[in-house]
Amino acid sequence: MSSANAIWKKHEFFEKHSIILLIGILIVVAIGGLIEIVPLFYLKSTVEKVEGMRPYTPLELAGRNIYIREGCYLCHSQMIRPMRDEIERYGHFSLAAESMYDHPFQWGSKRTGPDLARVGGKYSDEWHREHLKDPRSVVPTSIMPAYPWLTKPLDTHAVAADLKANQRIGVPYTDEMILKARSDLLTQADPDDAAMDEFQKRYPGALPRDAGPARKQPTELDALVAYLQVLGTMVDFKLYDAKKNLR
Amino acid sequence: MTRAATNNYLNPAELGLVGVLGAAFLACTLATARAIDPGFGFHAGLFAAASAAGIVALIERARRGLNQPVPAEIDGRPNYNLGVVKFGVAAAMFWGVAGFLVGVVIALQLWAPSLNLGLEWTSFGRLRPLHTSAVIFAFGGNVLIATSFYVVQKTCRVRLAGDLAPWFVMLGYNFFIVVAGTGYLLGITQSKEYAEPEWYADLWLTLVWVVYLLVFLATIWRRKEPHIFVANWFYLAFIVTIAMLHIVNNLAMPVSVFGSKSYPIFSGVQDALIQWWYGHNAVGFFLTAGFLAIMYYFIPKRAERPIYSYRLSIIHFWALIFMYIWAGPHHLHYTALPDWAQTLGMTFSIMLWMPSWGGMINGLMTLSGAWDKLRTDPVLRLMVVSLAFYGMSTFEGPMMSIKAVNSLSHYTDWTIGHVHSGALGWVAYISFGAIYCLVPWLWNRRELYSLKLVEWHFWISTLGIVLYISSMWVAGIMQGLMWRAYNALGFLEYSFVETVEAMQPYYLVRALGGVLFLIGALIMVYNLVMTVRGREAELALRPLGPALQPSLVPAE
Amino acid sequence: MSYEFASSFAQTSGLLYFVGMFGAALLYALWPRNRERFDAASRMPLSEE
Repeated sequence: MSSANAIWKKHEFFEKHSIILLIGILIVVAIGGLIEIVPLFYLKSTVEKVEGMRPYTPLELAGRNIYIREGCYLCHSQMIRPMRDEIERYGHFSLAAESMYDHPFQWGSKRTGPDLARVGGKYSDEWHREHLKDPRSVVPTSIMPAYPWLTKPLDTHAVAADLKANQRIGVPYTDEMILKARSDLLTQADPDDAAMDEFQKRYPGALPRDAGPARKQPTELDALVAYLQVLGTMVDFKLYDAKKNLR
Repeated sequence: MTRAATNNYLNPAELGLVGVLGAAFLACTLATARAIDPGFGFHAGLFAAASAAGIVALIERARRGLNQPVPAEIDGRPNYNLGVVKFGVAAAMFWGVAGFLVGVVIALQLWAPSLNLGLEWTSFGRLRPLHTSAVIFAFGGNVLIATSFYVVQKTCRVRLAGDLAPWFVMLGYNFFIVVAGTGYLLGITQSKEYAEPEWYADLWLTLVWVVYLLVFLATIWRRKEPHIFVANWFYLAFIVTIAMLHIVNNLAMPVSVFGSKSYPIFSGVQDALIQWWYGHNAVGFFLTAGFLAIMYYFIPKRAERPIYSYRLSIIHFWALIFMYIWAGPHHLHYTALPDWAQTLGMTFSIMLWMPSWGGMINGLMTLSGAWDKLRTDPVLRLMVVSLAFYGMSTFEGPMMSIKAVNSLSHYTDWTIGHVHSGALGWVAYISFGAIYCLVPWLWNRRELYSLKLVEWHFWISTLGIVLYISSMWVAGIMQGLMWRAYNALGFLEYSFVETVEAMQPYYLVRALGGVLFLIGALIMVYNLVMTVRGREAELALRPLGPALQPSLVPAE
Repeated sequence: MSYEFASSFAQTSGLLYFVGMFGAALLYALWPRNRERFDAASRMPLSEE
């Protein structure tokens, strides 16, 4: 071992000093991530300039949280790729701007079911409710699970805190929106609500959803439907200039 | 030593730990009472119960006098810490079977949706994260922690650093699995694939992981062997990189410190890239680097051949960890991610083919001069076949990252097939091989209970894998082609639901493949249990190759 | 960052950086004096007691 020891002392680097090995690994693996990720944050061209994007209403956000809770993203993507068949099947290809307020993103990775990026407005609220409660009653060969438990009343007591958490990480919810979060949620679920105009001023383009008999106590189903119905409907593509946003 | 042996009190470090656990117990009990959602209340209760169990265990250990200092060496030989490794092996098998079973259930749910049972806790959307986490993090994670604790001791010729710390890592990690898994069933998820657990589980894992890194490093620092063996390089890269990925991808803003819900601080396109930078490197560093470390120790050991080219192992180590980290964007081809990032991801993904195959070649060539052992030793065969699957899926992966191929394969079941050729063929098989080696070594048995049963396990599960991946290839490509098919009039030929109907027979074949894989794992569990109980089935039939001689059972 | 910028960066500084890293790993692995150590290391799993 003595001759070997002499060699060790001369150029032992990575293996004699495990800390150097550790730092070497960290440097090597950090570089790739930094170069790819950091530019996305400061480059203006990452997210297109569009008209119409607004934060989700309290009811839509609550529905989005149910979408996440039930793992819908595992079978449904929300990202239409710029290919002829996808555009014909689902609509205009998805823009980065359309998920700018999505914490977390819901692009998905698998289409066991169809893409939902522009499902908003394609079916009636009633169709969605039936479909979620019993998918095979409206699509006989569907393999989607039934979600009968979504008919329970929506838990609304933390909705202002949900908006507040989003505000803290950069979603442009105003303090007024947070203050009115719970009443805005109830307003959107009742088309006859007196505060509808005021609500729609806060959330331009948000449509009232009729929760039916449960108007004053919307269900989880109502919230989820409100979310599904807004998907892909915010951006006004008549005002969208594709050439300006070439990336 | 003599004085300590009669002393049944907690030492200062243990007292401190009892204090910390006591504080944790109080804080978690308070959190249970103030929880704003029932899921969080349940988890806070679990944390409180675990803290209490920790206190009881520490006191009981001291009462029995088991907390005395353990000699690092006995008769000049390292006194290896094998108890924690044994626990990890048992936990891996338990979670493995559980994870495969849930996989079979969700595969059948896609064939017959009534199997969702109309219940919250059994619907596909909640069971799928349970399946992926159980097989990747519970089964794979326990295999990695157990084997890393074994290999680092053996190749450094020194006892594992720390007394309670290795147990904290092992039990703490498995507790994380319990929190994550029960959370999925209750609908607690961040929806980031393979990073679903919520903020408090993430914080707990971070703590466990830091202690894991320290135990591993401290063991290396004490080593008696001047050179750090290459398997430890791979383990270290796995531990360090997973720490980095886990922390960045899970940065989130909790709605309340007494609630389970949080919102990731990144949004949209940035969130997507960070998620798949994480997701792909979970494959690269958890499921590849970690298991290559297993390969570099267990294949030479079992084949009794030196590593074919140590130089190649060094070169492909650096190349692999350098390139993997760039490949994430190939999960986002043709999405709203800027083109330059997609191209970068594709380029590095294709280049990854070479260092990946460097590992495969090195492992396979280690058998040169010992190929005959494949006939007689089904455990070695399991590990060699795992390398073949590794080679296959690391060729398929770069191919699928080419944008033109990806435009067809993305969103389809082809991806699911690809993942499983890597997960079942490579990760599970190399793990099975390592565990078949480890159990006789750890429990001081001459050999496994039955090599015949290993043969059965091998053939049944291989048939399962073949059914699984071939059905998903056919189904995935068919699905992709049907989505883009046009009829003579220039309209889309198939509605979406027609493409769903076409998948049904393939989903059934896939589920059958999963059932076979599960049966194989159950045979393995039986074989291992009998081995631990000291049985040997077919003594007379056993060829006495050198690998099977008792002299090679490592001394404790 | 545009595609043009990314590609020009990758083809100059990026390329040099990679070649350099690869060269360093290669040099270390193939350095003649390391041979003895690596041969010993390749037998490490076999030589334990």
